[in-house]
Amino acid sequence: MTTRTENRPGKNAPPRPPEQPPTRSERYRALLRGKHRPVWEEDPTPLGLLVKALALLLIVGTVAYPLYTVVLTSLSTQADITRSGGLVTVPGSLTLSAYGQILSGGIVTRATIVSIGITVVGTVLSTTVSVLAAYGLSRPGSFAHRPVLFVFLITMFFGAGMIPTYLLVSNLGLIDSYWSLILPGAVSAFNVLILRAFFMGIDQSITDAARIDGAGDWRILGQIVLPMSKAVVAVVALFYGVGYWNAFFNAMLYINDNAKWPLQLVLRSYVLQGVTLPGSGVGQVDVDDGAVTGLPVKMAVMVLAIIPILVVYPLVQRHFTKGVIFGAIKG
Amino acid sequence: MSAVTAPRTSAATSTGGGPPPRKVPWTTRLRRDRSLLIMVAPAVLLLAVFAYVPMFGNVVAWQDYSPYVGVRESPFVGWANFARVLTNPLFLDAVSNTLVITAFQLVFFFPVPIVLALLLNSVLTPSLRATIQSIVYLPHFFSWVIVVTIFQQIFGGAGVVASRLREAGYSGFDLMTNPDTFLLLITAQSVWKDAGWGIIIFLAALATVDPQLYEASVVDGAGRWRRMWHVTLPALRPVIILLLILRLGDALTVGFEQLILQRGAVGTDVAEVLDTFVYYQGVVNGDWAFAAAAGLVKGLVSLALVLGANKLAHVMGEAGVYQRA
Repeated sequence: MTTRTENRPGKNAPPRPPEQPPTRSERYRALLRGKHRPVWEEDPTPLGLLVKALALLLIVGTVAYPLYTVVLTSLSTQADITRSGGLVTVPGSLTLSAYGQILSGGIVTRATIVSIGITVVGTVLSTTVSVLAAYGLSRPGSFAHRPVLFVFLITMFFGAGMIPTYLLVSNLGLIDSYWSLILPGAVSAFNVLILRAFFMGIDQSITDAARIDGAGDWRILGQIVLPMSKAVVAVVALFYGVGYWNAFFNAMLYINDNAKWPLQLVLRSYVLQGVTLPGSGVGQVDVDDGAVTGLPVKMAVMVLAIIPILVVYPLVQRHFTKGVIFGAIKG
Repeated sequence: MSAVTAPRTSAATSTGGGPPPRKVPWTTRLRRDRSLLIMVAPAVLLLAVFAYVPMFGNVVAWQDYSPYVGVRESPFVGWANFARVLTNPLFLDAVSNTLVITAFQLVFFFPVPIVLALLLNSVLTPSLRATIQSIVYLPHFFSWVIVVTIFQQIFGGAGVVASRLREAGYSGFDLMTNPDTFLLLITAQSVWKDAGWGIIIFLAALATVDPQLYEASVVDGAGRWRRMWHVTLPALRPVIILLLILRLGDALTVGFEQLILQRGAVGTDVAEVLDTFVYYQGVVNGDWAFAAAAGLVKGLVSLALVLGANKLAHVMGEAGVYQRA
């Protein structure tokens, strides 16, 4: 194969003996090709590389710039914001006063605690229940696993709808209870299937060996299957956790008492819709400055809502491909 | 250990050879697998209460339902609520808005992750590629409140763009409240939030392509574009069809959280979709039976769409979402 390509002029020049130093054009070519390009691939054109680099820069910038400017604005003084007429791009004098304002008690502090509580309890509950269900369904030939699996699958194709679910939650007396934000969506059939697919992929001979040694299903799950599945469990826990942290509509439905609102709903009312936040100046519209007054505080609430994701994301992110592919193949 | 005396069928078959699995009576299998059933029980219970009970709760769609009377006591009125739904001009507007948004996003959102994946796949340095990947996946994990607020701060009436334009002498720029550009706005939001995440499945498919196919096509004289057309895209075909089916089955579901956040600002003419219609008619206006009927119509049509699209995929010789096992 390689002989053919070498015969083609301009594709792959014959390799020089190593003792001769590479010429200038060879160094240039090596630079363009990079270290990872397969031998059969043509040399890239400088223009193509430039276009590609610009496109990638643009894409990364589109994601990064809004985050950068939101964080910077939350740290800026009101004077800098008035000067820039909105979000700040060039850093001026920085201050943490906006964070001091929202974290010194009051509705944002409270909402943050509510959100953290719901996310932690919900994630632990959902992940535990899903892992158990996934393992329970992952042993081939077990009793009644097909009809039970079907119970999960149906919920992926047909949702009951918002109104009957609301009526149920209301009839159960869960309105204004934090459980209304956890229980209705606690089990996602999709996540159970991701886990189940992974558990089924674990070599049967390992679990069979444990079984012969006298281990029951609880021990096999806890001491063999779970330690081998840390990555996929982490991904599923992240999916659940992000879901709980980001949810606002269920609170809009079920939580009438705004002292119990989670952070996302506070964000919606006081930042997006500009309702005046009692006591902390968020959303207060000054006649002179228009809507930019209180912007650092608003942006600080945004950052507060983003931070947990930025903290957890890098830890779990490297496992994505594994977990998601399994789900996609079997899902 | 009962498991040893009555092995599960696959344990017997996976050893290859050996005697065929014995027929085990179901009481023995129940006893053998009882811990598995206990493990599944909490999830099944949660689904039974919060997914299946509401499915039956849909009977309110056939009732003259009043929350003070309750589901049990409310009188049945036959198909009256469905008749009201299907002749309601606001419902029909919501259907048409939903379908317009779906169609628009099918053209302007759906291909974006494919192009991005091809671009990213051509980045050969592993560390650079991993860095770009983690950056573009990130917005997927932000809530819609955050995404919409970011767009508001940039494209809204008090946003960065508006204030620059005001300095240049143009006033009144506000994408967030402009119904004419709303389709573009929500598609841009969806692209910003989810297009990056969407590439993950395409990258996975691209990683499974046998490099020998590329080598062989180079030997046959194929250039970059021909390799993409004849090797790369065919490798993506099953994934593209799978995602198209899923999208088609979800045709009546368009970014509910995204739209409910912006419905007030931009108006119901363009932002009222089926899900927001159900929410406002039912929870806000208290016309529960009517809203339940509208929701049920949506759910059943969606179910038919998934099954239909999957059938279509099978007819076309693709794997589809699920197969008859």
